[in-house]
Amino acid sequence: MERTLKLFTSKTFLFHFILIVGTAAMVLPFLWMILTSLKTYAESIQVPPVLIPEDFQWGNYKEVFGLLPFFKFMYNTVIITVLRTVGQLFLCSLAAYAFARIEFPGRNILFLLTLTVLMVPGQVFLLPQYMIMVKLGWLNSLQAVVVPGLFSAFGTFLLRQFFMGLPKELEEAARLDGCNHFQIYWKVMLPLAKHGLIALGIFTTLWSWNELMWPMIVNSSPESMTLSVGLSSLQGQYLTNYPILMAGSFLAILPMLILFIFLQKQFIEGIAVTGGK
Amino acid sequence: MKEVPLQTEVKSAKRIKVSSLAKTRKRSDYFWAYLMIAPTMLGLFIFYLWPIVQNFYFSFTEWGAFGQYEWTGLDNYKRLLEDATLVQAFKNTIIYIILTVPIGIYLSIIVAVLLNQNIKGKSIYRTLFFLPVITMPAAIAMVWKWLYNADYGMLNYLLSLVGIKGPQWVSDPNIALYSIIAVAIWSGIGYNMVIFLSGLQGIPKMYYEAAEIDGAGPVTVFFKITLPLLSPVIFFVTIMSLIGAFQVFDLIFMMIGKSSTALESTQSIVYLFYQHAFVLNDKGYAAAIAVLLLAVILIITSIQMVLQKKWVHYD
Repeated sequence: MERTLKLFTSKTFLFHFILIVGTAAMVLPFLWMILTSLKTYAESIQVPPVLIPEDFQWGNYKEVFGLLPFFKFMYNTVIITVLRTVGQLFLCSLAAYAFARIEFPGRNILFLLTLTVLMVPGQVFLLPQYMIMVKLGWLNSLQAVVVPGLFSAFGTFLLRQFFMGLPKELEEAARLDGCNHFQIYWKVMLPLAKHGLIALGIFTTLWSWNELMWPMIVNSSPESMTLSVGLSSLQGQYLTNYPILMAGSFLAILPMLILFIFLQKQFIEGIAVTGGK
Repeated sequence: MKEVPLQTEVKSAKRIKVSSLAKTRKRSDYFWAYLMIAPTMLGLFIFYLWPIVQNFYFSFTEWGAFGQYEWTGLDNYKRLLEDATLVQAFKNTIIYIILTVPIGIYLSIIVAVLLNQNIKGKSIYRTLFFLPVITMPAAIAMVWKWLYNADYGMLNYLLSLVGIKGPQWVSDPNIALYSIIAVAIWSGIGYNMVIFLSGLQGIPKMYYEAAEIDGAGPVTVFFKITLPLLSPVIFFVTIMSLIGAFQVFDLIFMMIGKSSTALESTQSIVYLFYQHAFVLNDKGYAAAIAVLLLAVILIITSIQMVLQKKWVHYD
Protein backbone atom coordinates (compact mmCIF):
# COMPACT_ATOMS: atom_id res chain seq x y z
CA MET A 1 0.00 0.00 0.00
CA GLU A 2 2.70 2.40 1.03
CA ARG A 3 4.79 1.40 -1.93
CA THR A 4 2.01 2.07 -4.41
CA LEU A 5 1.36 5.42 -2.75
CA LYS A 6 5.00 6.34 -3.14
CA LEU A 7 5.00 5.22 -6.74
CA PHE A 8 1.88 7.25 -7.34
CA THR A 9 3.31 10.41 -5.87
CA SER A 10 6.57 10.06 -7.76
CA LYS A 11 4.62 9.56 -10.98
CA THR A 12 2.56 12.67 -10.29
CA PHE A 13 5.75 14.55 -9.56
CA LEU A 14 7.20 13.49 -12.90
CA PHE A 15 4.03 14.56 -14.72
CA HIS A 16 4.06 17.95 -13.09
CA PHE A 17 7.73 18.34 -13.83
CA ILE A 18 7.23 17.68 -17.55
CA LEU A 19 4.20 19.93 -17.71
CA ILE A 20 5.92 22.77 -15.89
CA VAL A 21 8.90 22.62 -18.22
CA GLY A 22 6.52 22.57 -21.18
CA THR A 23 4.37 25.48 -20.04
CA ALA A 24 7.48 27.47 -19.15
CA ALA A 25 8.63 27.04 -22.73
CA MET A 26 5.23 28.31 -23.87
CA VAL A 27 5.00 31.30 -21.55
CA LEU A 28 8.57 32.60 -21.21
CA PRO A 29 8.79 34.00 -24.76
CA PHE A 30 5.66 36.06 -24.05
CA LEU A 31 7.08 37.25 -20.75
CA TRP A 32 10.27 38.22 -22.52
CA MET A 33 8.23 40.08 -25.10
CA ILE A 34 6.55 42.15 -22.39
CA LEU A 35 9.75 42.78 -20.43
CA THR A 36 11.66 43.82 -23.54
CA SER A 37 8.84 46.15 -24.56
CA LEU A 38 9.40 48.10 -21.36
CA LYS A 39 13.16 48.56 -21.73
CA THR A 40 15.22 51.33 -23.17
CA TYR A 41 17.05 50.44 -26.35
CA ALA A 42 20.35 50.44 -24.42
CA GLU A 43 18.97 48.06 -21.83
CA SER A 44 17.69 45.70 -24.49
CA ILE A 45 21.15 45.16 -25.97
CA GLN A 46 23.06 44.82 -22.74
CA VAL A 47 25.05 41.65 -22.10
CA PRO A 48 24.34 39.97 -19.75
CA PRO A 49 20.70 40.81 -20.41
CA VAL A 50 18.77 43.05 -18.07
CA LEU A 51 15.87 40.97 -16.79
CA ILE A 52 13.69 43.67 -15.26
CA PRO A 53 14.06 47.15 -16.73
CA GLU A 54 15.08 49.82 -14.27
CA ASP A 55 12.24 52.15 -15.26
CA PHE A 56 9.32 50.78 -17.17
CA GLN A 57 9.43 52.55 -20.51
CA TRP A 58 5.72 52.96 -21.17
CA GLY A 59 6.81 55.53 -23.69
CA ASN A 60 7.68 52.68 -26.07
CA TYR A 61 4.00 51.99 -26.50
CA LYS A 62 3.32 55.64 -27.14
CA GLU A 63 6.08 55.60 -29.69
CA VAL A 64 4.51 52.69 -31.56
CA PHE A 65 1.32 54.70 -31.89
CA GLY A 66 3.35 57.65 -33.09
CA LEU A 67 5.33 55.69 -35.66
CA LEU A 68 2.39 54.00 -37.29
CA PRO A 69 -1.37 54.53 -37.17
CA PHE A 70 -1.72 51.57 -34.84
CA PHE A 71 -5.18 52.54 -33.65
CA LYS A 72 -6.29 52.55 -37.25
CA PHE A 73 -4.80 49.07 -37.73
CA MET A 74 -6.60 47.85 -34.67
CA TYR A 75 -9.87 49.38 -35.81
CA ASN A 76 -9.47 47.79 -39.27
CA THR A 77 -8.70 44.40 -37.80
CA VAL A 78 -11.65 44.54 -35.41
CA ILE A 79 -14.08 45.56 -38.18
CA ILE A 80 -12.79 42.88 -40.54
CA THR A 81 -12.87 40.20 -37.86
CA VAL A 82 -16.36 41.05 -36.62
CA LEU A 83 -17.93 41.33 -40.07
CA ARG A 84 -16.34 38.13 -41.32
CA THR A 85 -17.31 36.20 -38.22
CA VAL A 86 -20.91 37.40 -38.06
CA GLY A 87 -21.31 37.06 -41.82
CA GLN A 88 -19.94 33.54 -41.91
CA LEU A 89 -22.03 32.43 -38.97
CA PHE A 90 -25.18 33.59 -40.70
CA LEU A 91 -24.46 32.59 -44.29
CA CYS A 92 -22.80 29.25 -43.50
CA SER A 93 -25.51 28.21 -41.10
CA LEU A 94 -28.21 29.08 -43.64
CA ALA A 95 -26.56 26.99 -46.33
CA ALA A 96 -25.68 24.24 -43.88
CA TYR A 97 -29.30 23.98 -42.75
CA ALA A 98 -30.51 23.60 -46.33
CA PHE A 99 -27.85 20.99 -47.13
CA ALA A 100 -28.56 19.02 -43.99
CA ARG A 101 -32.34 19.20 -43.66
CA ILE A 102 -33.99 19.83 -47.01
CA GLU A 103 -34.00 17.58 -50.03
CA PHE A 104 -33.74 19.47 -53.28
CA PRO A 105 -32.57 18.78 -56.81
CA GLY A 106 -28.84 19.39 -57.21
CA ARG A 107 -28.08 19.09 -53.54
CA ASN A 108 -25.34 16.51 -53.93
CA ILE A 109 -23.55 18.22 -56.76
CA LEU A 110 -23.62 21.57 -54.99
CA PHE A 111 -22.32 20.01 -51.81
CA LEU A 112 -19.59 18.28 -53.77
CA LEU A 113 -18.54 21.66 -55.16
CA THR A 114 -18.39 23.00 -51.62
CA LEU A 115 -16.14 20.12 -50.62
CA THR A 116 -13.93 20.86 -53.62
CA VAL A 117 -13.24 24.31 -52.26
CA LEU A 118 -12.35 22.72 -48.95
CA MET A 119 -9.79 20.43 -50.56
CA VAL A 120 -7.97 23.05 -52.61
CA PRO A 121 -5.09 24.98 -50.98
CA GLY A 122 -5.77 28.71 -50.62
CA GLN A 123 -2.97 29.80 -52.94
CA VAL A 124 -4.90 28.45 -55.92
CA PHE A 125 -7.63 31.09 -55.43
CA LEU A 126 -5.33 33.94 -54.55
CA LEU A 127 -4.31 35.29 -57.94
CA PRO A 128 -7.79 35.32 -59.50
CA GLN A 129 -9.21 36.77 -56.28
CA TYR A 130 -6.64 39.52 -56.51
CA MET A 131 -7.65 40.18 -60.11
CA ILE A 132 -11.29 40.45 -59.01
CA MET A 133 -10.29 43.04 -56.42
CA VAL A 134 -8.37 45.00 -59.04
CA LYS A 135 -11.38 44.95 -61.38
CA LEU A 136 -13.76 46.05 -58.64
CA GLY A 137 -11.35 48.79 -57.60
CA TRP A 138 -11.32 47.37 -54.10
CA LEU A 139 -7.58 47.38 -53.45
CA ASN A 140 -6.80 49.15 -50.19
CA SER A 141 -10.27 48.82 -48.78
CA LEU A 142 -11.71 46.83 -45.92
CA GLN A 143 -14.22 45.07 -48.16
CA ALA A 144 -11.35 43.48 -50.08
CA VAL A 145 -10.66 41.41 -46.97
CA VAL A 146 -14.22 41.19 -45.66
CA VAL A 147 -16.20 40.15 -48.71
CA PRO A 148 -14.33 37.00 -49.82
CA GLY A 149 -14.13 36.07 -46.15
CA LEU A 150 -17.92 35.99 -45.77
CA PHE A 151 -18.18 32.69 -47.61
CA SER A 152 -16.71 29.56 -46.18
CA ALA A 153 -16.80 26.00 -47.43
CA PHE A 154 -15.30 24.90 -44.14
CA GLY A 155 -17.98 26.65 -42.10
CA THR A 156 -20.77 25.24 -44.24
CA PHE A 157 -19.34 21.75 -43.92
CA LEU A 158 -18.83 22.03 -40.17
CA LEU A 159 -22.32 23.33 -39.42
CA ARG A 160 -23.93 20.83 -41.76
CA GLN A 161 -22.49 18.10 -39.55
CA PHE A 162 -24.21 19.70 -36.58
CA PHE A 163 -27.58 20.07 -38.27
CA MET A 164 -27.46 16.49 -39.52
CA GLY A 165 -27.18 15.22 -35.97
CA LEU A 166 -30.43 16.84 -34.80
CA PRO A 167 -33.62 14.76 -34.53
CA LYS A 168 -36.22 14.98 -37.29
CA GLU A 169 -39.20 15.20 -34.92
CA LEU A 170 -38.42 18.77 -33.89
CA GLU A 171 -38.74 19.94 -37.41
CA GLU A 172 -41.97 18.03 -38.04
CA ALA A 173 -43.53 19.57 -34.95
CA ALA A 174 -42.56 23.04 -36.07
CA ARG A 175 -43.96 22.37 -39.54
CA LEU A 176 -47.29 21.28 -38.13
CA ASP A 177 -47.36 24.60 -36.34
CA GLY A 178 -47.10 26.22 -39.75
CA CYS A 179 -43.48 27.33 -39.62
CA ASN A 180 -41.62 27.74 -42.89
CA HIS A 181 -38.03 26.61 -43.33
CA PHE A 182 -36.53 29.91 -42.37
CA GLN A 183 -38.53 29.97 -39.16
CA ILE A 184 -37.52 26.40 -38.35
CA TYR A 185 -33.90 27.29 -39.01
CA TRP A 186 -34.02 30.44 -36.97
CA LYS A 187 -36.18 29.37 -34.02
CA VAL A 188 -35.53 25.65 -33.70
CA MET A 189 -32.27 24.66 -35.31
CA LEU A 190 -29.91 27.57 -34.61
CA PRO A 191 -30.28 27.38 -30.83
CA LEU A 192 -29.60 23.64 -30.99
CA ALA A 193 -26.45 24.07 -33.04
CA LYS A 194 -24.99 26.48 -30.51
CA HIS A 195 -21.79 24.50 -30.02
CA GLY A 196 -21.14 24.41 -33.72
CA LEU A 197 -21.75 28.13 -34.06
CA ILE A 198 -19.41 28.93 -31.19
CA ALA A 199 -16.75 26.70 -32.72
CA LEU A 200 -17.01 28.33 -36.13
CA GLY A 201 -17.14 31.77 -34.54
CA ILE A 202 -13.92 31.19 -32.58
CA PHE A 203 -12.20 29.65 -35.57
CA THR A 204 -13.11 32.49 -37.92
CA THR A 205 -12.22 35.14 -35.36
CA LEU A 206 -8.77 33.68 -34.80
CA TRP A 207 -8.19 33.21 -38.50
CA SER A 208 -9.26 36.74 -39.48
CA TRP A 209 -7.32 38.37 -36.68
CA ASN A 210 -4.08 36.57 -37.46
CA GLU A 211 -4.15 36.29 -41.24
CA LEU A 212 -1.18 37.79 -43.02
CA MET A 213 -0.88 37.04 -46.74
CA TRP A 214 -4.23 38.12 -48.19
CA PRO A 215 -4.53 41.41 -46.27
CA MET A 216 -0.92 42.14 -47.18
CA ILE A 217 -1.59 41.58 -50.87
CA VAL A 218 -4.73 43.67 -51.15
CA ASN A 219 -4.23 46.32 -48.48
CA SER A 220 -0.81 47.89 -48.43
CA SER A 221 -1.79 51.44 -47.55
CA PRO A 222 -1.85 52.32 -43.84
CA GLU A 223 -5.52 53.34 -43.99
CA SER A 224 -6.67 49.80 -44.64
CA MET A 225 -3.86 47.73 -43.09
CA THR A 226 -4.50 45.07 -40.49
CA LEU A 227 -2.37 44.45 -37.40
CA SER A 228 -0.49 41.49 -38.88
CA VAL A 229 0.54 43.53 -41.90
CA GLY A 230 1.25 46.53 -39.68
CA LEU A 231 3.68 44.41 -37.65
CA SER A 232 5.53 43.37 -40.75
CA SER A 233 5.86 46.97 -41.88
CA LEU A 234 6.97 47.98 -38.39
CA GLN A 235 9.68 45.37 -38.69
CA GLY A 236 10.68 46.74 -42.06
CA GLN A 237 11.19 50.20 -40.59
CA TYR A 238 12.63 49.48 -37.15
CA LEU A 239 14.69 46.45 -37.92
CA THR A 240 16.66 46.28 -34.69
CA ASN A 241 14.82 48.41 -32.17
CA TYR A 242 13.46 45.45 -30.28
CA PRO A 243 11.72 47.31 -27.43
CA ILE A 244 9.58 49.05 -30.06
CA LEU A 245 9.01 45.86 -32.02
CA MET A 246 8.02 43.97 -28.88
CA ALA A 247 5.65 46.74 -27.81
CA GLY A 248 4.01 46.59 -31.24
CA SER A 249 3.77 42.80 -31.10
CA PHE A 250 2.25 42.84 -27.67
CA LEU A 251 -0.30 45.45 -28.69
CA ALA A 252 -1.23 43.35 -31.70
CA ILE A 253 -1.93 40.23 -29.65
CA LEU A 254 -3.46 41.95 -26.61
CA PRO A 255 -7.11 42.13 -27.79
CA MET A 256 -7.13 38.43 -28.69
CA LEU A 257 -5.42 37.63 -25.39
CA ILE A 258 -8.11 39.46 -23.43
CA LEU A 259 -10.85 37.73 -25.41
CA PHE A 260 -9.17 34.40 -24.73
CA ILE A 261 -8.91 35.03 -20.99
CA PHE A 262 -12.66 35.65 -20.83
CA LEU A 263 -13.70 32.87 -23.19
CA GLN A 264 -11.10 30.20 -22.45
CA LYS A 265 -13.57 27.36 -22.35
CA GLN A 266 -15.22 28.37 -25.61
CA PHE A 267 -11.88 28.79 -27.35
CA ILE A 268 -10.56 25.41 -26.34
CA GLU A 269 -13.81 23.53 -26.90
CA GLY A 270 -14.34 25.35 -30.16
CA ILE A 271 -10.97 24.30 -31.52
CA ALA A 272 -11.53 20.75 -30.28
CA VAL A 273 -14.83 20.68 -32.19
CA THR A 274 -13.35 21.96 -35.44
CA GLY A 275 -10.79 19.18 -35.20
CA GLY A 276 -13.05 16.41 -34.06
CA LYS A 277 -15.75 16.62 -36.70
CA MET B 1 -55.29 6.65 -60.41
CA LYS B 2 -55.38 2.95 -60.01
CA GLU B 3 -58.40 3.05 -57.76
CA VAL B 4 -61.82 2.02 -58.93
CA PRO B 5 -63.36 4.90 -60.84
CA LEU B 6 -66.47 4.59 -58.74
CA GLN B 7 -65.53 6.57 -55.74
CA THR B 8 -67.30 9.26 -53.86
CA GLU B 9 -66.52 12.76 -54.92
CA VAL B 10 -65.44 13.71 -51.46
CA LYS B 11 -62.77 11.02 -51.43
CA SER B 12 -61.24 12.00 -54.73
CA ALA B 13 -61.33 15.66 -53.85
CA LYS B 14 -59.48 14.83 -50.68
CA ARG B 15 -56.85 12.89 -52.56
CA ILE B 16 -56.24 15.65 -55.01
CA LYS B 17 -55.93 18.03 -52.13
CA VAL B 18 -53.39 15.85 -50.33
CA SER B 19 -51.23 15.30 -53.39
CA SER B 20 -51.31 18.94 -54.37
CA LEU B 21 -50.46 19.80 -50.79
CA ALA B 22 -47.43 17.53 -50.98
CA LYS B 23 -46.52 19.20 -54.23
CA THR B 24 -46.75 22.70 -52.87
CA ARG B 25 -44.83 21.59 -49.83
CA LYS B 26 -42.10 20.21 -52.05
CA ARG B 27 -42.10 23.35 -54.11
CA SER B 28 -41.80 25.47 -51.00
CA ASP B 29 -38.97 23.18 -49.83
CA TYR B 30 -37.06 23.87 -53.03
CA PHE B 31 -37.75 27.54 -52.81
CA TRP B 32 -36.37 27.80 -49.29
CA ALA B 33 -33.43 25.51 -49.98
CA TYR B 34 -32.24 27.54 -52.97
CA LEU B 35 -32.83 30.78 -51.16
CA MET B 36 -30.79 29.61 -48.19
CA ILE B 37 -27.84 28.25 -50.09
CA ALA B 38 -27.82 31.06 -52.65
CA PRO B 39 -25.57 33.58 -50.87
CA THR B 40 -22.92 31.03 -49.90
CA MET B 41 -22.99 29.20 -53.23
CA LEU B 42 -22.80 32.47 -55.14
CA GLY B 43 -19.87 33.62 -53.00
CA LEU B 44 -18.11 30.30 -53.37
CA PHE B 45 -18.59 30.37 -57.15
CA ILE B 46 -17.30 33.91 -57.59
CA PHE B 47 -14.44 33.89 -55.11
CA TYR B 48 -13.39 30.24 -54.97
CA LEU B 49 -14.71 27.89 -57.65
CA TRP B 50 -14.32 30.08 -60.72
CA PRO B 51 -10.88 31.23 -59.50
CA ILE B 52 -9.74 27.57 -59.54
CA VAL B 53 -10.58 27.45 -63.24
CA GLN B 54 -9.01 30.84 -63.82
CA ASN B 55 -5.84 29.88 -62.01
CA PHE B 56 -5.48 26.89 -64.31
CA TYR B 57 -5.89 29.21 -67.26
CA PHE B 58 -3.36 31.71 -65.88
CA SER B 59 -0.85 28.92 -65.49
CA PHE B 60 -0.67 28.74 -69.30
CA THR B 61 -0.02 32.46 -69.73
CA GLU B 62 2.76 34.95 -69.42
CA TRP B 63 2.23 38.39 -67.93
CA GLY B 64 3.48 41.74 -69.12
CA ALA B 65 4.20 44.84 -67.09
CA PHE B 66 0.74 46.36 -67.45
CA GLY B 67 -1.44 43.45 -66.50
CA GLN B 68 -1.85 42.08 -70.02
CA TYR B 69 -1.11 38.41 -70.57
CA GLU B 70 -0.72 36.05 -73.45
CA TRP B 71 -1.11 32.32 -73.94
CA THR B 72 2.22 30.51 -73.79
CA GLY B 73 1.06 26.92 -73.51
CA LEU B 74 3.15 24.67 -71.33
CA ASP B 75 6.06 27.09 -70.97
CA ASN B 76 5.46 27.73 -67.28
CA TYR B 77 5.33 24.03 -66.54
CA LYS B 78 8.56 23.45 -68.43
CA ARG B 79 10.06 26.23 -66.38
CA LEU B 80 8.92 24.53 -63.17
CA LEU B 81 11.01 21.50 -64.03
CA GLU B 82 14.15 23.51 -64.68
CA ASP B 83 13.88 26.02 -61.86
CA ALA B 84 16.64 25.28 -59.35
CA THR B 85 15.17 27.75 -56.85
CA LEU B 86 11.89 25.90 -56.95
CA VAL B 87 13.63 22.55 -56.41
CA GLN B 88 15.38 24.10 -53.42
CA ALA B 89 12.08 25.51 -52.11
CA PHE B 90 10.52 22.10 -52.53
CA LYS B 91 13.34 20.55 -50.54
CA ASN B 92 12.99 23.17 -47.81
CA THR B 93 9.27 22.54 -47.58
CA ILE B 94 9.76 18.78 -47.39
CA ILE B 95 12.34 19.11 -44.60
CA TYR B 96 9.96 21.47 -42.82
CA ILE B 97 7.12 18.95 -43.10
CA ILE B 98 9.16 15.90 -42.19
CA LEU B 99 10.26 17.56 -38.97
CA THR B 100 7.29 19.67 -37.88
CA VAL B 101 4.50 17.18 -38.48
CA PRO B 102 5.74 14.05 -36.66
CA ILE B 103 7.54 15.90 -33.85
CA GLY B 104 4.58 18.22 -33.38
CA ILE B 105 2.15 15.33 -33.21
CA TYR B 106 4.39 13.31 -30.92
CA LEU B 107 4.82 16.16 -28.44
CA SER B 108 1.17 17.12 -28.44
CA ILE B 109 0.11 13.53 -27.78
CA ILE B 110 2.44 13.43 -24.78
CA VAL B 111 1.00 16.67 -23.42
CA ALA B 112 -2.57 15.51 -24.10
CA VAL B 113 -2.02 12.17 -22.35
CA LEU B 114 -0.51 13.93 -19.33
CA LEU B 115 -3.39 16.41 -19.20
CA ASN B 116 -5.87 13.57 -19.46
CA GLN B 117 -4.64 12.27 -16.08
CA ASN B 118 -6.25 13.23 -12.87
CA ILE B 119 -3.74 15.86 -11.82
CA LYS B 120 -4.02 19.23 -10.18
CA GLY B 121 -4.00 22.43 -12.19
CA LYS B 122 -4.59 20.78 -15.53
CA SER B 123 -6.86 23.51 -16.81
CA ILE B 124 -4.11 26.06 -16.12
CA TYR B 125 -1.58 23.93 -17.98
CA ARG B 126 -4.02 23.55 -20.84
CA THR B 127 -4.62 27.30 -21.07
CA LEU B 128 -0.90 28.07 -21.10
CA PHE B 129 -0.17 25.50 -23.79
CA PHE B 130 -2.90 27.11 -25.84
CA LEU B 131 -1.40 30.62 -25.70
CA PRO B 132 0.65 30.38 -28.93
CA VAL B 133 -2.47 29.22 -30.80
CA ILE B 134 -4.26 32.52 -30.25
CA THR B 135 -1.17 34.57 -31.05
CA MET B 136 -0.72 35.92 -34.56
CA PRO B 137 2.18 34.30 -36.41
CA ALA B 138 3.58 37.75 -37.19
CA ALA B 139 4.02 38.45 -33.47
CA ILE B 140 5.34 34.94 -32.77
CA ALA B 141 7.93 35.46 -35.48
CA MET B 142 8.97 38.78 -33.96
CA VAL B 143 9.51 37.51 -30.46
CA TRP B 144 11.42 34.45 -31.65
CA LYS B 145 13.57 36.53 -33.92
CA TRP B 146 14.47 38.51 -30.87
CA LEU B 147 15.19 35.41 -28.79
CA TYR B 148 17.29 34.09 -31.68
CA ASN B 149 19.21 37.35 -32.11
CA ALA B 150 22.86 36.32 -32.45
CA ASP B 151 24.36 39.18 -30.44
CA TYR B 152 21.77 40.15 -27.84
CA GLY B 153 19.32 37.28 -27.92
CA MET B 154 18.38 35.34 -24.82
CA LEU B 155 19.13 31.98 -26.40
CA ASN B 156 22.75 32.69 -27.20
CA TYR B 157 23.21 34.29 -23.82
CA LEU B 158 21.99 31.11 -22.10
CA LEU B 159 24.28 29.05 -24.33
CA SER B 160 27.21 31.28 -23.44
CA LEU B 161 26.62 30.47 -19.77
CA VAL B 162 27.54 26.87 -20.50
CA GLY B 163 30.43 27.92 -22.69
CA ILE B 164 28.85 27.48 -26.11
CA LYS B 165 29.07 30.17 -28.70
CA GLY B 166 25.59 30.26 -30.17
CA PRO B 167 25.10 30.34 -33.93
CA GLN B 168 23.42 32.93 -36.15
CA TRP B 169 20.04 31.31 -35.75
CA VAL B 170 18.14 33.06 -38.51
CA SER B 171 20.85 34.21 -40.88
CA ASP B 172 23.07 31.13 -41.12
CA PRO B 173 21.80 29.27 -44.21
CA ASN B 174 22.57 25.92 -42.62
CA ILE B 175 20.59 26.58 -39.47
CA ALA B 176 17.81 29.06 -40.26
CA LEU B 177 15.35 26.48 -41.55
CA TYR B 178 15.69 24.44 -38.37
CA SER B 179 15.20 27.55 -36.24
CA ILE B 180 11.93 28.18 -38.07
CA ILE B 181 10.92 24.55 -37.67
CA ALA B 182 11.45 24.77 -33.89
CA VAL B 183 9.15 27.80 -33.71
CA ALA B 184 6.54 26.08 -35.87
CA ILE B 185 6.52 23.05 -33.58
CA TRP B 186 6.38 25.28 -30.51
CA SER B 187 3.40 27.23 -31.82
CA GLY B 188 1.45 24.20 -33.00
CA ILE B 189 1.53 21.98 -29.91
CA GLY B 190 -1.41 23.66 -28.20
CA TYR B 191 -3.73 23.29 -31.17
CA ASN B 192 -3.13 19.59 -31.68
CA MET B 193 -3.07 18.95 -27.95
CA VAL B 194 -6.63 20.22 -27.60
CA ILE B 195 -7.85 17.97 -30.41
CA PHE B 196 -6.06 14.94 -28.98
CA LEU B 197 -7.38 15.70 -25.52
CA SER B 198 -10.96 15.64 -26.74
CA GLY B 199 -10.17 12.42 -28.61
CA LEU B 200 -8.79 10.85 -25.43
CA GLN B 201 -11.85 11.88 -23.48
CA GLY B 202 -13.96 10.10 -26.04
CA ILE B 203 -12.36 6.74 -25.30
CA PRO B 204 -14.81 4.74 -23.14
CA LYS B 205 -13.60 4.11 -19.59
CA MET B 206 -14.54 0.44 -19.78
CA TYR B 207 -11.54 -0.34 -21.97
CA TYR B 208 -9.21 0.92 -19.27
CA GLU B 209 -11.12 -0.92 -16.57
CA ALA B 210 -10.90 -4.14 -18.54
CA ALA B 211 -7.16 -3.62 -19.03
CA GLU B 212 -6.71 -3.05 -15.33
CA ILE B 213 -8.48 -6.31 -14.53
CA ASP B 214 -6.16 -8.05 -16.96
CA GLY B 215 -3.24 -6.52 -15.08
CA ALA B 216 -1.85 -4.50 -17.98
CA GLY B 217 0.82 -1.91 -17.11
CA PRO B 218 0.60 1.74 -18.17
CA VAL B 219 2.90 1.27 -21.17
CA THR B 220 0.88 -1.68 -22.48
CA VAL B 221 -2.33 0.25 -21.93
CA PHE B 222 -0.96 3.17 -23.89
CA PHE B 223 0.14 1.11 -26.88
CA LYS B 224 -2.67 -1.44 -26.89
CA ILE B 225 -5.62 0.75 -26.00
CA THR B 226 -4.98 4.48 -26.08
CA LEU B 227 -3.01 4.66 -29.31
CA PRO B 228 -5.27 2.40 -31.45
CA LEU B 229 -8.42 4.09 -30.20
CA LEU B 230 -6.89 7.48 -30.80
CA SER B 231 -5.75 6.55 -34.29
CA PRO B 232 -8.69 8.14 -36.18
CA VAL B 233 -7.88 11.44 -34.46
CA ILE B 234 -4.17 11.01 -35.15
CA PHE B 235 -5.01 10.38 -38.78
CA PHE B 236 -7.13 13.51 -38.98
CA VAL B 237 -4.49 15.66 -37.29
CA THR B 238 -1.78 14.23 -39.56
CA ILE B 239 -3.70 15.13 -42.70
CA MET B 240 -4.51 18.63 -41.48
CA SER B 241 -0.94 19.24 -40.28
CA LEU B 242 0.48 18.01 -43.58
CA ILE B 243 -1.76 20.30 -45.59
CA GLY B 244 -1.00 23.21 -43.27
CA ALA B 245 2.75 22.57 -43.32
CA PHE B 246 2.78 22.50 -47.13
CA GLN B 247 1.46 26.04 -47.06
CA VAL B 248 3.98 27.48 -44.59
CA PHE B 249 4.55 31.16 -45.29
CA ASP B 250 3.99 33.57 -42.39
CA LEU B 251 6.89 32.48 -40.19
CA ILE B 252 9.37 32.45 -43.06
CA PHE B 253 8.17 35.76 -44.41
CA MET B 254 8.45 37.43 -41.01
CA MET B 255 11.63 35.81 -39.72
CA ILE B 256 13.79 35.80 -42.80
CA GLY B 257 14.50 39.17 -44.35
CA LYS B 258 14.02 39.72 -48.07
CA SER B 259 17.76 40.12 -48.55
CA SER B 260 18.82 37.56 -45.96
CA THR B 261 21.63 35.15 -46.75
CA ALA B 262 19.36 32.38 -45.48
CA LEU B 263 16.46 33.14 -47.83
CA GLU B 264 17.47 30.61 -50.45
CA SER B 265 17.73 27.82 -47.91
CA THR B 266 14.48 28.62 -46.10
CA GLN B 267 11.94 29.79 -48.63
CA SER B 268 8.98 27.48 -49.07
CA ILE B 269 6.86 26.73 -52.13
CA VAL B 270 4.22 29.21 -51.01
CA TYR B 271 6.85 31.85 -50.32
CA LEU B 272 8.05 31.42 -53.89
CA PHE B 273 4.46 31.60 -55.11
CA TYR B 274 4.02 34.88 -53.25
CA GLN B 275 7.27 36.25 -54.68
CA HIS B 276 6.38 35.46 -58.27
CA ALA B 277 2.74 36.49 -57.99
CA PHE B 278 2.96 39.75 -56.07
CA VAL B 279 6.56 40.94 -56.00
CA LEU B 280 8.00 39.94 -59.38
CA ASN B 281 4.68 40.23 -61.25
CA ASP B 282 5.36 36.86 -62.81
CA LYS B 283 1.77 35.80 -62.34
CA GLY B 284 1.58 33.05 -64.95
CA TYR B 285 4.47 31.21 -63.38
CA ALA B 286 3.02 31.78 -59.90
CA ALA B 287 -0.23 30.19 -61.09
CA ALA B 288 1.73 27.16 -62.26
CA ILE B 289 3.38 26.92 -58.83
CA ALA B 290 -0.09 26.98 -57.24
CA VAL B 291 -1.18 24.14 -59.53
CA LEU B 292 1.91 22.17 -58.55
CA LEU B 293 1.08 22.75 -54.89
CA LEU B 294 -2.46 21.53 -55.44
CA ALA B 295 -1.23 18.40 -57.21
CA VAL B 296 1.27 17.57 -54.48
CA ILE B 297 -1.27 18.07 -51.69
CA LEU B 298 -3.81 15.88 -53.49
CA ILE B 299 -1.23 13.14 -54.00
CA ILE B 300 -0.07 13.22 -50.39
CA THR B 301 -3.64 13.19 -49.11
CA SER B 302 -4.56 10.25 -51.33
CA ILE B 303 -1.51 8.29 -50.19
CA GLN B 304 -2.53 8.94 -46.60
CA MET B 305 -6.07 7.81 -47.37
CA VAL B 306 -4.75 4.52 -48.71
CA LEU B 307 -2.22 4.03 -45.94
CA GLN B 308 -4.76 4.72 -43.21
CA LYS B 309 -6.35 1.31 -43.77
CA LYS B 310 -3.18 -0.19 -42.35
CA TRP B 311 -3.10 1.68 -39.08
CA VAL B 312 -6.33 3.53 -38.33
CA HIS B 313 -8.85 1.62 -36.23
CA TYR B 314 -12.46 2.65 -36.44
CA ASP B 315 -14.82 1.12 -33.91
